[in-house]
Amino acid sequence: MKIIVAIKQVPERDAQVHIDSPKKWIEEGDLQWGLNESDAYALEEALQLKEKHGGEVVVLSAGPERIGSTIREALAKGADRAIHVDSDELGARDALGVARLLAAAIKPENPDLVLTGLQSDDLGYGQTGVILAELLSLPHASLILHVEKTDSGLNVKRELEEGWFQNIELPTPAVLTIQSGGSKLRYATLMGIKKAKTKEMKHISAAELGVDAKANVALDQISLPHKQKTTQILPGNAKEAAAALVEKLKFEVRVL
Amino acid sequence: MSGIWVVLEERGGRMSRISWEAVAAAHQLASQANLPVSALLPGANTESLAAEVATKALAKVVRVEHAMLSPYTSDGFTIALHQFFEKEKPDYVVFPHTYQVRDYAPALAARLGQTLIGDVIAIEQGPAFTRQLMQGRLSGSYRHNGSGTCFVSVQSGAFRADTVAAGSASVETFTPNLDASQIRTKPGEPFRGSAQTVDLGSAQFIVSVGRGIKEAENMPLVQELAGALGAELAASRPICDAGWLPIERQVGSSGQTVAPRLYLAVGISGAIQHLVGMKGSQCVVAINKDPEAPIFEVADYGIVGDLFEVVPALTEALKAAKQ
Repeated sequence: MKIIVAIKQVPERDAQVHIDSPKKWIEEGDLQWGLNESDAYALEEALQLKEKHGGEVVVLSAGPERIGSTIREALAKGADRAIHVDSDELGARDALGVARLLAAAIKPENPDLVLTGLQSDDLGYGQTGVILAELLSLPHASLILHVEKTDSGLNVKRELEEGWFQNIELPTPAVLTIQSGGSKLRYATLMGIKKAKTKEMKHISAAELGVDAKANVALDQISLPHKQKTTQILPGNAKEAAAALVEKLKFEVRVL
Repeated sequence: MSGIWVVLEERGGRMSRISWEAVAAAHQLASQANLPVSALLPGANTESLAAEVATKALAKVVRVEHAMLSPYTSDGFTIALHQFFEKEKPDYVVFPHTYQVRDYAPALAARLGQTLIGDVIAIEQGPAFTRQLMQGRLSGSYRHNGSGTCFVSVQSGAFRADTVAAGSASVETFTPNLDASQIRTKPGEPFRGSAQTVDLGSAQFIVSVGRGIKEAENMPLVQELAGALGAELAASRPICDAGWLPIERQVGSSGQTVAPRLYLAVGISGAIQHLVGMKGSQCVVAINKDPEAPIFEVADYGIVGDLFEVVPALTEALKAAKQ
């Protein structure tokens, strides 16, 4: 089975983010970057499928030079090779625009399976995988926790709302978006990190793929969120704050 | 062009609450754009649902009716709605942002050369659509470029279902051309992950724990706090994924929705998926080391500090207060 995993580099989860001066995005200067969480699960699912059924895992990512470190991380975990779509103007693209870029890179590879994480931790569109399926004319399933290969294709476990699940059968080639938490993530081994340095990393530019950056939807401005409630922050050390909270629960909220 | 269309979703044979919220959002959009609001009901055997929908202030209700639209498949819904929208050419299409909509609406929009503005929490003048970025730490204001249909989905709880006025709409039926060979996926019957023995929905007090707890060995800390408060213990998704608490104790879009008198969030940053499951709580208390954590956006009281110091102190203070 030939599997392409589309991954994204995002700011680290606990990173302090600051809005840049044109108020279009965040200051990227001193940010720490890492692999998007649900993409890490997509990669894990791909590596497990390869271990069971053989084949090849190809990592695909679009972005500027800095994403090279995250691609190497995926190679160190066990992906066989990588495609880096060089682009410094991803911010000018909407979800369809980015998916067009990725689809153009996927098409000549003719994979049996395309996996992506469910949603990115930064922009959070949660659309890339579903649009990829549309652009590649492939069947898809989203919010997938487990993938099983069958004689006729795939049997996948899909998460529904409020604690429900369902199984879905679909033929390959197919696209799946993977939900976090379905399996245990592996770490890169020292040997893996060493090997990753010699693995193939192909660079293609957006221009070579022939996909322009026309967008239907633009992110006009970003801001700090409006507060939905007035929060009383209880000051002091742990003990003082705890005592103050108990007072509030007793006399203001009256639940004690 | 033909105004604003809301795509409704049923749940358990009734209109889901978030579908009415989508109608409310459409009316808010209509007041800016001066356009009629109509509703679309894709499915099979939707007569009685359509009759319920027709009692609301809508220009029209159209049943997109076909046996192959039940159960839901992405292929079925995308093909059927694409046929309808290609004919109707709406100005706006508004969806509830459900798991089902996330599964097909991006593909449907793409088939019409468009891009969905998903998970919208507010509609400002313009119209400009607000959605959350960086897990709720920032807000982004989005605009459609104005050519063709603008597709929008709205977050659960962001618009008020009870603002939808009564009315009397005509009901029409649209029959899409669907062939069994076009439906490529075979969905199975929904099933529950585990036997549900805890009903967090009726709990008065909940102590909920998130990533901040760091290790399974630290869980007794919050168990003791829950004990001192007489609260049910709950968690955000990562804790249940790690197996530190059973999935039936998970609060959020993929877990339970709760509305206790007191919700005490410990080490929970407050990702959108968690907030939709608990923002109906009467009183929210957040304990987190990061003063910018989104959980403070919905908290009535906050303690910014190290939970490993604050939680034991709070457990002691609660025990003392109850003596």
